[in-house]
Amino acid sequence: MLKSLNKTLLGAALIGVSFASHAFAETTINALFMAQAAYSEADVRAMTDAFSKANPDVKVNLEFVPYEGLHDKTVLAQGSGGGYDVVLFDVIWPAEYATNKVLVDVSLRISDDTKKSVLPGAWTTVQYEGKSYGMPWILDTKYLFYNKEILEKAGIKTPPKTWDELNEQAKIIKDKGLLATPIAWSWSQAEAAICDYATLVSAYKGDFIKDGKPDFQTGGGLDALKYMVTSYKSGLTNPNSKEFLEEDVRKVFENGDAAFALNWTYMYNMANDPKDSKVAGKVGVVPAPGVAGKSEASAVNGSMGLGITSASKHPDEAWKYITFMTSQATQNQYAKLSLPIWASSYSDPAVTKGQEELIAAAKVGLAAMYPRPTTPKYQELSTALQQAIQESLLGQSSPEDALKSAADNSGL
Amino acid sequence: MSGTSMTTRAWLLMLPLLVVMIAVIGWPLVDTVGLSFTDAKLVGTGGNFVGIDNYAKMLANSNFQRTLITTAWFAIISVAAEMVLGVLAALLLNQDFRGRGVLRALMILPWALPTVVNATLWRLIYNPEYGALNAALTQLGLIDAYRSWLGEPGTALTALIVADCWKNFPLVALIALAALQAVPRDITAASLVDGAGPFKRFRFVILPYLVGPLMVALVLRTIEAFKVFDIIWVMTRGGPANSTRTLSILVYQEAFSFQRAGSGASLALIVTLLVTVLAAAYAALVRKTAGSAT
Repeated sequence: MLKSLNKTLLGAALIGVSFASHAFAETTINALFMAQAAYSEADVRAMTDAFSKANPDVKVNLEFVPYEGLHDKTVLAQGSGGGYDVVLFDVIWPAEYATNKVLVDVSLRISDDTKKSVLPGAWTTVQYEGKSYGMPWILDTKYLFYNKEILEKAGIKTPPKTWDELNEQAKIIKDKGLLATPIAWSWSQAEAAICDYATLVSAYKGDFIKDGKPDFQTGGGLDALKYMVTSYKSGLTNPNSKEFLEEDVRKVFENGDAAFALNWTYMYNMANDPKDSKVAGKVGVVPAPGVAGKSEASAVNGSMGLGITSASKHPDEAWKYITFMTSQATQNQYAKLSLPIWASSYSDPAVTKGQEELIAAAKVGLAAMYPRPTTPKYQELSTALQQAIQESLLGQSSPEDALKSAADNSGL
Repeated sequence: MSGTSMTTRAWLLMLPLLVVMIAVIGWPLVDTVGLSFTDAKLVGTGGNFVGIDNYAKMLANSNFQRTLITTAWFAIISVAAEMVLGVLAALLLNQDFRGRGVLRALMILPWALPTVVNATLWRLIYNPEYGALNAALTQLGLIDAYRSWLGEPGTALTALIVADCWKNFPLVALIALAALQAVPRDITAASLVDGAGPFKRFRFVILPYLVGPLMVALVLRTIEAFKVFDIIWVMTRGGPANSTRTLSILVYQEAFSFQRAGSGASLALIVTLLVTVLAAAYAALVRKTAGSAT
């Protein structure tokens, strides 16, 4: 009797063990991130380690590529039958990814509570035609950074509120011999240039697309490019801007070689780090300026989201990981290089402490975020616009002609 | 052993290789040809048959024509420079002098570096703010202000050609050096006795030994230069204003960035055809020169 009870117990224990081992059967998911800007690689690794500790049954393989490779790597992996379960995606890709079924519709997985607690603007990052294709993760826009010391030396009391004021202040700095070329932008033939352009388009109240057709050739779209060309030709803008990416802008600013620079959130804390930066402690940040009579401030939606690929065999584990990475606790803990998507985080001293200026700018900027167009043809449109911007800067064609051919080559 | 059984044995020995070649080159090629007649997207459904539409559109596209010229220019100049530099370096390293071994080893370094590393290195050298090239030229008094080498259409392609040459001339030098070692000493000695000057000695005594191997280097380098992708992608991504966009970058954009697999396949096949024609022309030239040299 005792023996048989023992046996039963043993059996039960064994079954229990087998269940437990089943429940804890390790699942491996692959995730693709980018290697620069916003959260650092070290931060993503630390977040993932915390996730693995809390979820020992899910193992996460991380891969990092430069932003420039993120889209193509995702699409290529999908074209060859998958490979990634979780991918980071830019705000400009949901339309294309949804149309080509690269990402899974996760609308039903998002709770009502989450829907209410996340900033409304953040949701535009992951949505296309009313459906959600992931969770917003990096909430970002371009800000105007300035070097407080240089402005002070130039006798400038407050940073510019309009783009014209920016030019006036830059001219004072140039004329006083403080810097030869005070403004730095990322105008390389890359998406970076489109983000700067879109910021200006938002200031001039222009459109990229209207009724499915390109609408940047006239009005605000044209004004924005004309502003870039004037700023470039006047010598107020660093001429090397046309081969800069965001990281180049950061280095120039951190070296004290720019009085003004347009860049993402991550530059604030990096430029304030005395280890790498010569301008630590002198970094000012304000929302990107507006245009008198048209806008108070300008901002481009440069947010990114985390989604599940349709090739994933472990969508539940992938979602668990995404939920963890985008949770308020995780985001608050790593709020130095990228600000949280959660509304209440902005009144949490743990997040705001030491970066009050950035938070103040974020409150204006994030509310004004202007979307780049959501179209499955985005990559073509962007490539055509990049060419137009560079041709205009180089004086190969007028902004009018350049934007007209961009519209013709946009695939729309 | 009879001739036939030798042939059979040779084919049998080659069989595994042939199977692999058909699997990794033959099948994808056939698949690509099929794809090039469709409007297939990279992801999603297979696409519809559109005949030679992709080819017609591509050949008529001004972007394609401009890119073809850029690619040809890049290939011609960089390969020509690599050949001249390679032969000069080989002639130098073939001399007897102290430290020759070290120099030979050093020269291989750039060629052994991965292209992406090489490209990143040159991007730093050309950096318009802190680059070594600007610093050096300013200190030498050759320029008075720092320049944006990769940001100006006038200099970007040349800057890329220099970076490509630096990486690839060692290969030519290596091949030429190996060929030089095969030149019998008594013949060069005899030409000296006969009173041939350095130029004549090179032209009539040494060059015939070099022609064959150099032709091989020329074919290899031309094909590679026509397909150039990574060095450009890392350094300029085809910019500024598309002035450094080559055919491979256009293929990449078409097929992967814009996801037009069918159109991208047709473009890839046009490039393949171009390279094949070039290689065949060279091969014919090699046979002719090899025949006349011996």
